[in-house]
Amino acid sequence: MLKIEDLHVEVEGKPILKGVNLEVASGEVHAIMGPNGSGKSTLAQVLAGRESFEVTRGRVFYGDRDLLDMEPEERACEGVFMAFQYPVEIPGVSNVYFLKAAMNAIRKHRGEEELDAMEFMKVVREKIKLVNLDQSFISRSVNEGFSGGEKKRNEIFQMAVLDPILAILDETDSGLDIDALKTVADGVNALRRPDRAIVVITHYQRLLNYIVPDRVHVLSGGEIVKSGDKDLALELEARGYGWIEAQVAVTPAERHP
Amino acid sequence: MNRNPAELAPEQQRYLSQFDSFSRRQSDRDPAWLTEKRQAAIRCFTRQGFPTTHDEAWRFTSLTPLTRTAFAHAGATDSRPSPVDLDSLPGANSSACRLVFLNGRFSPEHSSLGALPPGVRVQGAGQLLNGDTPSVRQALGLYAGNGEEVFAALNTAFLQDFALVHLPGNTVVEQPIHLHFHSGSEGDPVVSYPRCLVLAGANSQARVVESYSGAPDSLYFTNTVTELVAREGAVVEHYKLQQESLRAFHISTMQFQLGRSATVSSHSISLGGALVRNHVNAVLDGEGAEATLNGFSLTTGKQHVDNHTSIDHAKPHCNSFELYKGILDDRSSGVFNGRIIVRPHAQKTDSKQTNQNLLLSEEALVNTNPQLEIYADDVKCTHGATIGQLDSQAVFYLQSRGIDREAARQLLTFAFANDIASQIRIEPIRARLEKTLFHRLAEKGSKG
Ligand SMILES: Nc1ncnc2c1ncn2[C@@H]1O[C@H](COP(=O)(O)OP(=O)(O)OP(=O)(O)O)[C@@H](O)[C@H]1O
Ligand SMILES: [Mg+2]
Repeated sequence: MLKIEDLHVEVEGKPILKGVNLEVASGEVHAIMGPNGSGKSTLAQVLAGRESFEVTRGRVFYGDRDLLDMEPEERACEGVFMAFQYPVEIPGVSNVYFLKAAMNAIRKHRGEEELDAMEFMKVVREKIKLVNLDQSFISRSVNEGFSGGEKKRNEIFQMAVLDPILAILDETDSGLDIDALKTVADGVNALRRPDRAIVVITHYQRLLNYIVPDRVHVLSGGEIVKSGDKDLALELEARGYGWIEAQVAVTPAERHP
Repeated sequence: MNRNPAELAPEQQRYLSQFDSFSRRQSDRDPAWLTEKRQAAIRCFTRQGFPTTHDEAWRFTSLTPLTRTAFAHAGATDSRPSPVDLDSLPGANSSACRLVFLNGRFSPEHSSLGALPPGVRVQGAGQLLNGDTPSVRQALGLYAGNGEEVFAALNTAFLQDFALVHLPGNTVVEQPIHLHFHSGSEGDPVVSYPRCLVLAGANSQARVVESYSGAPDSLYFTNTVTELVAREGAVVEHYKLQQESLRAFHISTMQFQLGRSATVSSHSISLGGALVRNHVNAVLDGEGAEATLNGFSLTTGKQHVDNHTSIDHAKPHCNSFELYKGILDDRSSGVFNGRIIVRPHAQKTDSKQTNQNLLLSEEALVNTNPQLEIYADDVKCTHGATIGQLDSQAVFYLQSRGIDREAARQLLTFAFANDIASQIRIEPIRARLEKTLFHRLAEKGSKG
């Protein structure tokens, strides 16, 4: 479903991603871990279409389409969803208005009819329960004055309403207490289906107790330096990233035979 | 007069000679007190002349395009503005209370009073100047147009018809009172001097809408003055919807005088005009008074809108909330100057001023200047100003949810105006604002 080949990305002239390769098949859940500043969010944002991040080399396929060729809104309409590490506050735009605009844009793209207000509200009420947010959040301005945890749950709420095919969650678990964490995990697991794929960016193993990944990757210094199964996450938790970085440093030949 | 007329600039001469013929014509019709007011005002104008960009208060607004245009006095020629579809204006339904003025002259055939509570006077005429109306006579020009403001003085000098809203104490008028001023001419450019006087008695309540329009593309000059007096406990909402032609000059003075525990909210919306200057002044002259001054402007092309506001906390325990927002596109420009005065004994003043500007183009320009003069120590005064573009992160956020770039930009621009629009409690006015905003943005979108 998602195939990243030799992706190089610069931000303001500074190389951040230096040759990322990653393949995620339908039905899979992949976790990306890695130290602060290693480029995880950069990767997520590039996949979502952030323009200020410049792709200098490499390709990304979404199905058989060239993802990098698509506008951000087109990606969303085609089923790509990225939950932001730092959701943006938008004063003056209510959550409900925003979601309705988003949902109808996506439906229009798919050649479906717009939902009428009643149908739409039904979906919204149902999904907001899923993430344990109070109904009053529906009419509040997007993320404005939300606590950290509420913002994260709002991302999952949006994801639930928009029902994506490829979901990329950028540290949606950070700063959540255990109940909220479970809520987020439930939201993600509800999305898990053979025709979907999920990429979870996280610093913590604990989320992966609830969302069990098929693959775990370590992004460090702009490259994926190690991949493994779910046990890799446990190992990282126990030993930190240092040992991998050390390993990578001593075996350059192995990496580029 | 202090100055020899021969020394006066030609543009000033023009207004003076118009005044001469105007006052000659009016002298045997009008009462002496009015003639005196006019004379005092024209002396003020003669003394001061038009300000230039060397005057601090006019540093960013050049009047040259205005002073070099030879406007004929509309009141002298009885010229009528090009016909307009008055029915498309807010407050057009027949049951509404609406006064219409064409080039500053009252037009009874376009006006209707609707059903007003007993004792409430809504009138638009010059005749009443002759009637026995001491409270009106006293108030007129007491608060504006008697001092340094040269345009307000000019308005008083040419005072003829005016809109009067007089609410006795304890009256509540439910329906909005619309005062509409339509200006311009098909021939030579004209100047008109709309004037409003709102006297709200103790504990009365009303909503007053002033709206300004003109034939599209018509060149004219509207110089308007409004005095609003809210007596003890009165609650008045005042809306000014300015949608003059895009070639027009519009200079306004709004003076709000608040008594004890009076509440006045002002919503000044500037959509039209080539060169616009609004003076909005509130005097909190009784304990517990509260003033809200909101302003919004939307400019495109080379429009210039200058808002000069002043809030005078003359008594203790008064609140003022000020929010002025501007959306500027193309090469348009804006000025905000917000003066807050807290008098020495005005303790427990709570005042908040915010000016926010959204630039939609690289060439748009804003000058913003808070001017706080605080002479009391136990007060809370905050102010803040921002000038910025649309938040690119927010645009991306919306796009990442499927909303296309143009729609995202429009949505965010709308959202910027939202806290102003949501405080407008007269539905047709809010709709008008949103519609204009929507059209301008859509036009921009299609331009690419
Ligand atoms: N807008 C930007 N301008 C300049 N540099 C940036 C920008 N955004 C990110 N960077 C830099 O790019 C690098 C990678 O940042 P990124 O946010 O992708 O890391 P991350 O792996 O998500 O980190 P974290 O775990 O802290 O979220 C960092 O060095 C960061 O400072
Ligand atoms: Mg990050």
